[in-house]
Amino acid sequence: MIGEGAFALDPLIVGTILAMALVTAVTKVGGFWLLRRIDVSERLEAGLSVLPGAIVIAILGPELAAGGPAEWGAAGVVLLVMWRTESILLSLCGGVGAVVLFRALI
Amino acid sequence: MTEIDGSAPDSSPVPGPGESAGRPSDEQTEETRITADDESEAVTFDREGIRAGFLTCLPVAIGVGGYGIAFGMLARRAGLSVAEATLMSATVLAGAAQIVAVELWAEPIPVATIVLATLAVNLRYSLMGAALGPWLERLSALRGYGSLLLMADENWALTMRELKSGSGRGAFLLGTGIAMWVFWVGATIVGAAAGGAIGDPTRYGIDFVLAAVFVALAAELWEGRSTLVPWLVALATAVLAAEFVPGQWYILLGGFAAAAVEVVRYDR
Repeated sequence: MIGEGAFALDPLIVGTILAMALVTAVTKVGGFWLLRRIDVSERLEAGLSVLPGAIVIAILGPELAAGGPAEWGAAGVVLLVMWRTESILLSLCGGVGAVVLFRALI
Repeated sequence: MTEIDGSAPDSSPVPGPGESAGRPSDEQTEETRITADDESEAVTFDREGIRAGFLTCLPVAIGVGGYGIAFGMLARRAGLSVAEATLMSATVLAGAAQIVAVELWAEPIPVATIVLATLAVNLRYSLMGAALGPWLERLSALRGYGSLLLMADENWALTMRELKSGSGRGAFLLGTGIAMWVFWVGATIVGAAAGGAIGDPTRYGIDFVLAAVFVALAAELWEGRSTLVPWLVALATAVLAAEFVPGQWYILLGGFAAAAVEVVRYDR
């Protein structure tokens, strides 16, 4: 299927892609870079310490809210498997399997 | 285990659990290790950590590969060549931003819009990278920043989990990042070359991989009642913002709102 244009590299497209790469790199290292340079008070540290969980919930909440019973049920399966086995791999397989099953059933 | 390792002043390679237990290490290394552990949780950077990260991330990376195929097809449809789509996956490595970008793609290319959208979608990485700070700041700058460049949502989650468990594997992010990169780039090539031949990823539940990883991580990060208030704040803010604010700002808003509430509550 690889036609003539498959290996084409248009300068403007490459430039756009590299600009995207640069901006992304800045976001990836920026927070860590800033944190190393400023004096973090204990108060601010308490706020930062809840960030990981809060980001997880902030990504997850709307995603699950946009889903339906199949996704909610599968999320429940992930929680259950995680709680019983503490294995990310088993939870992942259980969740993906459950979502396929529930979508077929519902 | 005897490779050159300049990560720590004491060059004792800390063995992983259940590994190289039979090696008769002299008491001196044993002693240095204990003191290092004592002052703070020691953070290593070795091949074992990269390996552990790579293997842990492998099943997740395979799932992410499903998205990569979808991205490759979308990119091709938007008018990018296989080489250009591959270049984007290899250098940007940020699934959501890349899919948004190819959806914005048009003729002539709206460069400023695409780059701004990339920034908006990826700003969450700054918060995520900052959350890894306590461990990364004990590595050299090259290792810390280099690992961060390979950070994406899924492997950030796995790395957070690993480091919070106290394993001290500083190279874990790099290992997971390599797995992500290989599958993301490989899948992009497959998707872009195949064009529109493959159906949508929802049929195999691949679209649920990210949610499943994050549910598992949430279970892991739960610390009892002290977690409840910030999480409820994050949840309410994010769900409302997702409804009323365009784009992906809800992630940042949810994170910031929770952190702000915690800062205010600090004196109590």
